[in-house]
Amino acid sequence: MTTDTTHTATSAEHSENHGMSTAGYIRIAAILAAITALEVSTVYIDFGPFFLPALLIMMAVKFVMVVSYFMHLKFDNKIFSLMFYAGLILAVGVYAAFLATFKFFIQ
Amino acid sequence: MTDAVVHGHESSTGISNVKLGMWAFLGSECLLFGGLISTYMLYRGRVTGGPRPAQIFDIPFTSVSSFVLLMSSLTMVLAVSAAHKNEDRKTNLWLTVTALLGATFVGGQVYEFTAFYNEGLGFSTSLFGSSFYTLTGFHGVHVTVGIIMLMALVGIFKRSEVPGKKAEVVEMIGLYWHFVDIIWIIIFTLVYLIPV
Amino acid sequence: MAIIERETEVMVPVTVTPTSTYGVLKRPVSATGWRAWVFTVDHKKLGLMYGATAMFFFIVGGVEALLIRLQLAAPNGKVLNADLYNQMFTMHATTMVFLFVMPMAAGLANYFIPLQIGARDVAFPRINALGFWLLLFGGIFINLSWFLGGAADGGWFMYAPNSGPVFSPTNGIDFWAFGLQIAGIASLTGAINLIVTVLNMRAPGMTLMKMPIFTWMMTVVQFLLLFAVPVITVALFLLSFQRNFGARFFDVAAGADPLLWQHLFWIFGHPEVYILVLPAFGIVSEVLPVFSRKPLFGYPFVVFSGAAIGFVGWGVWAHHMFASGLGPVSVAVFSLTTMAIAVPTGVKIINWTLTMWGGKLYFSTAMKFSIGLIVLFTVGGLSGVTHSVAPSDTQQTDTYYIVAHFHYVLFGGAVLGFFSGFYYWWPKMFGKMLNEKLGGWNFWLMVIGMNLTFGPMHILGLQGQPRRMYQWTEARAGEGFFNLAFWNLIASIGSFVLAVGILLFLINVVITARNPTKSPLDPWNSRSLEWMTSNPPKEHNFDVIPTVHHLDEFFHRKYEEDSATHTMRQIATAEEIMAEQERNADKHIHMPSPSYWPIVLAGAVPIITFGMIFSHLIAVIGGVILLFAAFGWALEPSTAPESDFENNSSQGTALDKVGH
Repeated sequence: MTTDTTHTATSAEHSENHGMSTAGYIRIAAILAAITALEVSTVYIDFGPFFLPALLIMMAVKFVMVVSYFMHLKFDNKIFSLMFYAGLILAVGVYAAFLATFKFFIQ
Repeated sequence: MTDAVVHGHESSTGISNVKLGMWAFLGSECLLFGGLISTYMLYRGRVTGGPRPAQIFDIPFTSVSSFVLLMSSLTMVLAVSAAHKNEDRKTNLWLTVTALLGATFVGGQVYEFTAFYNEGLGFSTSLFGSSFYTLTGFHGVHVTVGIIMLMALVGIFKRSEVPGKKAEVVEMIGLYWHFVDIIWIIIFTLVYLIPV
Repeated sequence: MAIIERETEVMVPVTVTPTSTYGVLKRPVSATGWRAWVFTVDHKKLGLMYGATAMFFFIVGGVEALLIRLQLAAPNGKVLNADLYNQMFTMHATTMVFLFVMPMAAGLANYFIPLQIGARDVAFPRINALGFWLLLFGGIFINLSWFLGGAADGGWFMYAPNSGPVFSPTNGIDFWAFGLQIAGIASLTGAINLIVTVLNMRAPGMTLMKMPIFTWMMTVVQFLLLFAVPVITVALFLLSFQRNFGARFFDVAAGADPLLWQHLFWIFGHPEVYILVLPAFGIVSEVLPVFSRKPLFGYPFVVFSGAAIGFVGWGVWAHHMFASGLGPVSVAVFSLTTMAIAVPTGVKIINWTLTMWGGKLYFSTAMKFSIGLIVLFTVGGLSGVTHSVAPSDTQQTDTYYIVAHFHYVLFGGAVLGFFSGFYYWWPKMFGKMLNEKLGGWNFWLMVIGMNLTFGPMHILGLQGQPRRMYQWTEARAGEGFFNLAFWNLIASIGSFVLAVGILLFLINVVITARNPTKSPLDPWNSRSLEWMTSNPPKEHNFDVIPTVHHLDEFFHRKYEEDSATHTMRQIATAEEIMAEQERNADKHIHMPSPSYWPIVLAGAVPIITFGMIFSHLIAVIGGVILLFAAFGWALEPSTAPESDFENNSSQGTALDKVGH
């Protein structure tokens, strides 16, 4: 990861550095659209045992791509990542444990 | 003797207060939607005589509206990019397009809710119904709040009375908008694509 | 002396003349009278308003507690009927947790975090004001239910399905759920605000590991709030949707799992426990070093154990549910994590003890309360460890033993900590010292009263007296040492001793307010930055933003280590440091300007929730006001533009004069 920790000025003035070109954004959007198409295809094509893991991985990839590129987290100060991923990881951990107590994962 | 304005001096971390606050808020929102999603996951199979998820979900329709919301993230990021370059007309254009795409998504959700209701899934029909409408409804309210903010922003820009840095305001609403989008990415997979 | 002379002048805030209208209304300009408070965005005024609100609810909750103890003092109590008793214990707990301890902590955090980190205000002053008004309106909203058909009666953790409309047909729980929702928004906005303040607005040189320990502990609390409040938000929404809109979430007939509520509540509820007690830990960690004349022993350990408590606090929630049939795996896991969390808490107690070890102890009232916390919190902590052992906990669940435990940690922890803070910081907030002699009486009556009240509850609980039973009977009270009648009477007497102790504090406040004697600038020979300004601080806190070189910066400006003897010798007095600051004071300090919008926006929220319960039309009206206020807010810059400040003119303002 190429997190820029040295830059100190306010984001508004220096956004050119951590933004992307319009073409770059369109490329990301195209990849997202392609993954979405693939996701929808799982409803019609039998992926067998790969069905669930494939869907979850595609979901995670889309999630991280939007967060990293559209929300600039990849290029921004690490504190933002810390703040957001702290909440995200805590949520995933706590709610997974919560569902586990209902024996959700061994149904 | 230096001039000192309370919020003018460089912050300890070098990042803006508003942006840090926004990310903290989004971190907090993860726990909110996590709770709603978990409640749905726990209850999605409990239908007590009402329709089952697979019976009423219209995957092609929802796929299209998901795609619309995904693309609104693209137009939003283009608005932010234009705002940073001080291209006011482009900013306004992309903000308007984003709001329209968002409105299309919400319209689709209203249509979907109506269809589900006609097929026998009310809010009180079953645990599946209560938790489905609560989860997607919360998301829909978030999108609606986003649309109101986008439209307000366009209106304010026309009168050019925006306090603070213009680009930063656009960027903050952008962060909120993308967050609403990533929540839908999760909902689309967990609620619609993974069968009970 | 310059400092004293200036005090009256400093009280005059910056004069702002609004030249432009933002959105709808011009800015409020009054600097005196009630408007100066209602429209203020000053963190110190808001801190005091938080404190006053919390104190008011402390008294309300205290009266509720006394009624409960009156009812239980003798067999077949007739003071309250069963229904009213249910409402009483529910509202006592709700009031104490959400409307006393949390706002009091928020008030102290608001007042002292900016001062301790050398900032002039918080990061979002208007959001700060919004948080206070939401809290106040939320508190009033919950208590409105007393007059509108009866208060909530399901116990403070409001277990489903007892909280459903079938078992609780009045609107009490609706008020409760919406009111806590409002208070929750207040906590969330407060948390975001203070996190950004601490991360972004520290004085130059103040790294995280040079922050005063109170600020550190409050920061951990804000992170806990940030992540815990949304969980209860979800739970409360589910409850409100069930009660008001016919959702089925806790309807067992529809196949619902009542444990859903328990999990969501305690996922919030256990971090909440640390939200309640960590502020007190922070206060004690400030007070003990000052009155031991030693630095805090093992500052990094106190910091990291605080953070560890905050972290592990997320993995222990199900120990509140050992009796609910979770299954052996869950019970074993949560038993172990619960035992683990005792470790960082123990680390703190060791640090406090070793801070006092070998110090020159000065037993001020603040110090007495801090030592009281160490002892009594430890008692509560130990009974807490007995709960981590699941078989033992199954025996204790829903008995008075639990009541004894959490009152030792909350009263012995949070409340004694707050009182320590009151006595320590009173001169800072009001420029006068609380009477120390009365303080001694205050302390001893509170400590004796609380031990008389809550100590016997250990015995009552282990003898099997259940909590939340509105009567007990002579026939089943038992005999000899374990006679329930005897210990219930002692507990009730104790509660009145406790009440007299708290009354003495209120009397002390009045006496102090009438006493013209001003406090010295640095009455306790303190260590941290909040003491490096006048008492009470000026509106802009510091004439010049200090550059920080040390942990305990203020101490290091007063004292220097003699390299030959390795003893500290004084190099400057507080007065000299202040005078130095005045000479170098910043000119043209623009403070955030007062605003109408926080109170208007906050006022709209209870109107909406009121409408949710009674008439949707009212909710719509509230929604319109909310939208209107939001636009007004968005269009108004938080600091008035340059041209609005009078100090561009030749006369200059009060603050301008301060600069010379």
